[in-house]
Amino acid sequence: MKYFFNKNGPLISTYLIIAISFWFVFLIIIPQLYMFDLSFRPNIPSLLRGGPDDVYTLIHYKHFLFGSQTSGESYNYVDVGVFFNTLLIAILITLINLCFCYPIAFYIAKVASPNTARLLIVSLIIPFWINELLRSFALRILFAGEGFINNALLKLGLIDNGINFIAMDVALYTGLNYAYILLMIFPLYNAMETLDKNQLEAAEDLGSSMLKTHFRIVIPHAKAGIASGCTMVFMLTAGALATPVVLSSPNTFWFTQLIYQWFNMNDNWPRGAAYSVVLLSVSVVFVLLMMRIFKVKIGEIVR
Amino acid sequence: MSADVELQNVSVSFGNFYAAKNVSVKIEKGEFFSFLGPSGCGKTTLLRAISGFSEPSDGQILIGNQDMAGIGPNKRPTSLIFQNLALFPLMSVADNIAFSLEVRGTGKVQRRKRADELLELVALSGQGDKKVHELSGGQRQRVAIARALAIEPEVLLLDEPLSALDLKLRQKMRTELREIQKRVGITFIYITHDQGEALTMSDRIAVMNQGELEQIGSCHNVYESPRTPFVATFVGENNAFYGTVSAVDGDMVNVLADGHNFLAKAGDLGEGKKYTFKKDDKVIMFVRPESIFLKDQNNQADNIFTAGFKAIEFEGNLKNIYMSIDGKQNVRCSVSNAVDTTDLSNSKNVELKFSSRDAVVLPVGPLAVD
Repeated sequence: MKYFFNKNGPLISTYLIIAISFWFVFLIIIPQLYMFDLSFRPNIPSLLRGGPDDVYTLIHYKHFLFGSQTSGESYNYVDVGVFFNTLLIAILITLINLCFCYPIAFYIAKVASPNTARLLIVSLIIPFWINELLRSFALRILFAGEGFINNALLKLGLIDNGINFIAMDVALYTGLNYAYILLMIFPLYNAMETLDKNQLEAAEDLGSSMLKTHFRIVIPHAKAGIASGCTMVFMLTAGALATPVVLSSPNTFWFTQLIYQWFNMNDNWPRGAAYSVVLLSVSVVFVLLMMRIFKVKIGEIVR
Repeated sequence: MSADVELQNVSVSFGNFYAAKNVSVKIEKGEFFSFLGPSGCGKTTLLRAISGFSEPSDGQILIGNQDMAGIGPNKRPTSLIFQNLALFPLMSVADNIAFSLEVRGTGKVQRRKRADELLELVALSGQGDKKVHELSGGQRQRVAIARALAIEPEVLLLDEPLSALDLKLRQKMRTELREIQKRVGITFIYITHDQGEALTMSDRIAVMNQGELEQIGSCHNVYESPRTPFVATFVGENNAFYGTVSAVDGDMVNVLADGHNFLAKAGDLGEGKKYTFKKDDKVIMFVRPESIFLKDQNNQADNIFTAGFKAIEFEGNLKNIYMSIDGKQNVRCSVSNAVDTTDLSNSKNVELKFSSRDAVVLPVGPLAVD
């Protein structure tokens, strides 16, 4: 601590400590703890808070599992179904995202000339200057019944009747895939960038095909970047709200939409908090499990 | 199996820049052949063209009489050892060596057997399970050689693989490389800017400058009969005396330089031919530092001259004596450390001599500046 102060001077040191503690304590720890605590409390008017009725309870978690606060006779197929559906699709989207971004990242990192690489990175970033909600609406316009894609396909004579992309959730999956593409590309790019180009040439010289070189040399080298990108895309996709609200079909519910409903429409904050805790903890456990299976350490991911 | 490599008028250009210009050379089966030249002379470009990583913009490359145009590096009977070795850090030593077999679908047991054989060849038996970073620089070198030999290439290409090693290890690896080459009997094509490496290992050397071949020949030929001023000064050390021809008698040339009339032999043009000079031609006469002797040394010499003493430099086995004629023409003479030079430092003028057989006259041309 003394060394830290001596090195950075008193002014910068104090600023750093205050800024980091504010971020960590007020923006992360306290809201999460509050949410966690809230999820175990009954939904009672604020006047009764701290009164005799304000006791710790598991009713919200019970409701998530059984659809009722009291009986455990039948499962809450709707909510649990939405939950697993959300996770499953988030996993799928993460995988599609990986397959889509891997060649792009590799091209930028190892194939393109420095100038082309810069140009490509800029053209990847610029669309993200536009707000996420607007981008989702733009996709909605593209995919709408009378939208650009349907009109184009009809004009070209490839289809006879318009396709309902929204109902088929094509629009939703496209939107979710696109929403966090940068968070996949950049960790991949960072990891691949450090790979010595001679390694690729050595592999080729030794008779390796393109595909084998990727599986034996590039992917093992970029493993941490792949894990980092997948983790971020999975977490953010599972927790996305704006894109599903705009692009999902009337029959598809994203789990975050349920959380949103409990908070806003049904005015049941404790239940919303409980649903959030479920989503967060299951997602974290899933990610940790995956990291263990693929033998990636947390330290490598943040490197 | 070993194959000869033939370059026919090979040029490699990048835009308007020619990295290699009209290079023709035939490298024999089982030969240890070196391309020697300063950095940027195009030797690495040529090696990449032979290995298939780049295509020549002109000319043909034949390996074992087969045209290599359009054949990728993974399909050529060549193996390349990279300057930084490019071993795979995440694989074990044995996996590195057997990588070429793995990608060809060879079974695990056979791969391991072959890796162990090769480890024995490069004197690394029992190190197969180590990771690459656990090995020393010299050991990594040998792993790289073993990996390149695993598919039994007909030609091994080496891109300055010793440059990262320290001097002692480099000298040891030279001998070892040469021995490995003799044992496996395949063609080695070696790229280096270090004339010591080229001279100790090679059967023949091609000296390159600015993308062009200056001279091809045996080590002795290149060292003793340089064909151009560049070769004379790039390979080994040399004293360059600028002067004019005063008389010609057959192969012997009288050169007037710095007030002295030196006798020297005309330079070789190759194929038994010599340069022909006539009176008043501008020439450079080259005499190597080790061919210049102090007057009281017991060597035959027909050229005697005097130079002013400047400095003496101790190099261990050798002593370099730096002198100048009239303060303009620098002269360097190397004598064995055993030669007594105590009187020299006190004297102003040093009497020197050299034999006309050790002096080579060449037309004026650019020197290798370092």
